Amino acid sequence: MRRLVYLIPVAFFLLLVGYFALALRPGRDPQTLPSALIDKPMPDFDLAGPAGAQGLSRAALGGQAVIVNFFASWCIPCRIEHPLLMRMAEQEHVPLFGIAYKDKPDDAARFLAQLGDPYRRVGLDQSGRVGIDFGVYGVPETYLIDRAGRIRYRHVGPLTAEALERELLPRLKEIGG
Amino acid sequence: MRRRTALVALLLLAVAGSAAAVEPRERLADPAQEARARALSKELRCLVCQNESIDDSSADLAHDLRVLLRERVAAGDGDAQALQFIVDRYGDFVLLKPPVTPATYALWFGPAAVLALGAVASLSYLRRRRAGDGEGEPAPLTEAERRRLARLLKDDP
Repeated sequence: MRRLVYLIPVAFFLLLVGYFALALRPGRDPQTLPSALIDKPMPDFDLAGPAGAQGLSRAALGGQAVIVNFFASWCIPCRIEHPLLMRMAEQEHVPLFGIAYKDKPDDAARFLAQLGDPYRRVGLDQSGRVGIDFGVYGVPETYLIDRAGRIRYRHVGPLTAEALERELLPRLKEIGG
Repeated sequence: MRRRTALVALLLLAVAGSAAAVEPRERLADPAQEARARALSKELRCLVCQNESIDDSSADLAHDLRVLLRERVAAGDGDAQALQFIVDRYGDFVLLKPPVTPATYALWFGPAAVLALGAVASLSYLRRRRAGDGEGEPAPLTEAERRRLARLLKDDP
């Protein structure tokens, strides 16, 4: 029975091994943060659209499960995820809305004209304040909003086909998008 | 005289080196408010660089958050209120000093608990050893042991 005492350091060591294995598991990015707003109502906002197009407000999203994507014309990873957004909009008919984060109206309009516009509506967040209200710390970021206007999921960084199939679309289906 | 000038210049340089990323146009007109905002911004993590405070960081977001923080302070927010405004958006991680919550008990009290555990273990070890000394002679050999010992000693070449 006394021998068990000597197993305490071993148990402690295994605990540490488990913790490090968890922290080092492939696919985990330590820079990625959980959103502080999960299951909380999305912040209120009312943004103008680029080049005279209709803008985007919280009210305009009301009553449906949607995906809100923060992007910017100056953001390279946004160009990487852009074809995926186009596919989401055209093939999966995902209700996708865009917020151009700290972008000039002309630049955002040109970005969408050149690469294609996957968004049902786009709002211009020129000051970046709406981004801060959402807890954005680097574009692109993608938010899943439910019918009640609550943030249910956030993806940081460019969307990948894997993240789309495994995380975003199943969750969207679950909350009835 | 020249040496003193050089010294002053060096000191000034040292101070300049430690100056943070706060830009003159970000500063509040009221020195007291600016000092408060400055102190608060040292407690907030820049989420782009993650190991710098927003006071040190030259990232765009850090600039935006410094300005936002100063707006809150100028609008009459208390220190805790102004920090909470940012925490509401970015979570506890944005605080460089983690708050004491159930999720951080292990962090805050873990080292003390490990120390206490070690103290208990070494105390009980020491006590047992001292108690062993106090008992004096080890237990006498049994008859079987004595016979075995005698045999071993005899066999020894």
